[in-house]
Amino acid sequence: MQISNTIATGLKDWLMGMGFSATTTEMIATAVWTLAVILFILLNLIVLVWLERKFSAFFQQRRGPNRLGPAGFLQFPVDIVKVLGKEDIIPAAADKPVFRIASITLFITAILAWAVIPLGEGMILEDLNIGIFYFIAIGSTATISLLMGGFASNNKYSLLGGMRTVAQMISYEIPMVFSLLGVIMMVGSLRLSDIVKAQEHMWFIIPQGIAFIIYFIATVAETNRGPFDLAEGEQELVAGYFTEYSGIRYAIWMIAEYGNLVAVSTIASIMFLGGWNAPFGLTFIPPFLWLLIKIYFMIFLFMWVKWTYPRIRIDHLMHFGWKFLIPVSLANILVTGVGIYIYRMITG
Amino acid sequence: MLTKFGGLAVILVWGIVFPWLLLALSRLFHPKKPTPAKLLTYECGLDTQGDTWIQFKISYFMYALVFLAFDVETIFLYPWAVKFQSLGLFAMVEMFIFIAILIIGFWYAWKEGALEWM
Repeated sequence: MQISNTIATGLKDWLMGMGFSATTTEMIATAVWTLAVILFILLNLIVLVWLERKFSAFFQQRRGPNRLGPAGFLQFPVDIVKVLGKEDIIPAAADKPVFRIASITLFITAILAWAVIPLGEGMILEDLNIGIFYFIAIGSTATISLLMGGFASNNKYSLLGGMRTVAQMISYEIPMVFSLLGVIMMVGSLRLSDIVKAQEHMWFIIPQGIAFIIYFIATVAETNRGPFDLAEGEQELVAGYFTEYSGIRYAIWMIAEYGNLVAVSTIASIMFLGGWNAPFGLTFIPPFLWLLIKIYFMIFLFMWVKWTYPRIRIDHLMHFGWKFLIPVSLANILVTGVGIYIYRMITG
Repeated sequence: MLTKFGGLAVILVWGIVFPWLLLALSRLFHPKKPTPAKLLTYECGLDTQGDTWIQFKISYFMYALVFLAFDVETIFLYPWAVKFQSLGLFAMVEMFIFIAILIIGFWYAWKEGALEWM
């Protein structure tokens, strides 16, 4: 059933046959898996950039890219080649070491977050028992990279963008973390495969619908996407914290950002939409494809919101986060706790 | 357990190596002809005015303080949520009291205007 697991077992057997020790074999297998995940993110990037441009064109009644390949699909692969050939400009006024490592640290956090995210049954790098907590912990360190990029550029737009990002990301991290708590209370485990297993009969979007909406809004802000894209608001801050980046360094920012977008969409699918469980008994589609369909449904929601609503003001953004989302998410935890207790009293 | 976190180290190494691979690949293709005009700070074509690294008013300072309290709270809430179903009524009431104390603090911060963007 699981082609990837067969490949992994085959690879491990072959390496053992070569005379490597068990630990080395595990390490090499993990390295191969990580490369596969990176390639998965890059493949997604190609599709996502095309989708984003097509969707935005559709919402604005334009055509979007339509020259290269079918419906302009080859536009982005050609853009990659273009980006590889672009000069890597580091401004003379910038703080060069910090400027150089800022985009790379964001990439590291994006890859490390993928360590606990399963792409199917058993298709996971490390099924940690603190899975979702690890994901949140790694995700919150992305703030530092964005601030580093904004500060090191020595550009006023970048500085403003970086500062706004920090304000926004620390504010919306709390509702995001609290919204996931309801699910964890119902499952009693932080391991992502356990959470998927608990949703075989009912997806958690049904009892935890409010938490799902809070999680969605909070992750829109966490990934700095519209209508909460104040950090890189194109009309006011040029491009925010990556204004000064060019060529391949800019591409690394983009890979990491889209990697984060796919990561939060995957977490939403796993926590609320049943992961790789098939709805309505439609089991002829393999689990991996079901998860992919759900991820792309979530990404469609992200793009829909981005191109529908205008950007909101920073004080409105902060007020909405602190004075509405946090009380609601706290109330959700209390209601879930009482609800589980009453349910257990009724069923015994 | 150790092998699991050893796997994370492998992922970390990939995370560091892969961007450098991309940079090295790009170095093969891209030109390198810096000129003083090219290396200027880009602020919409105008010359940059004054210093950027000044004493900057961080408007979200009070938010950050409240955030710290909530962030510590989540560390307490997660283990509780995992063991919630087996701990019974006592743990639930205990945690509700804990959250209530936090909400009083939150209400005080709200009343004092810490949640206003200034």
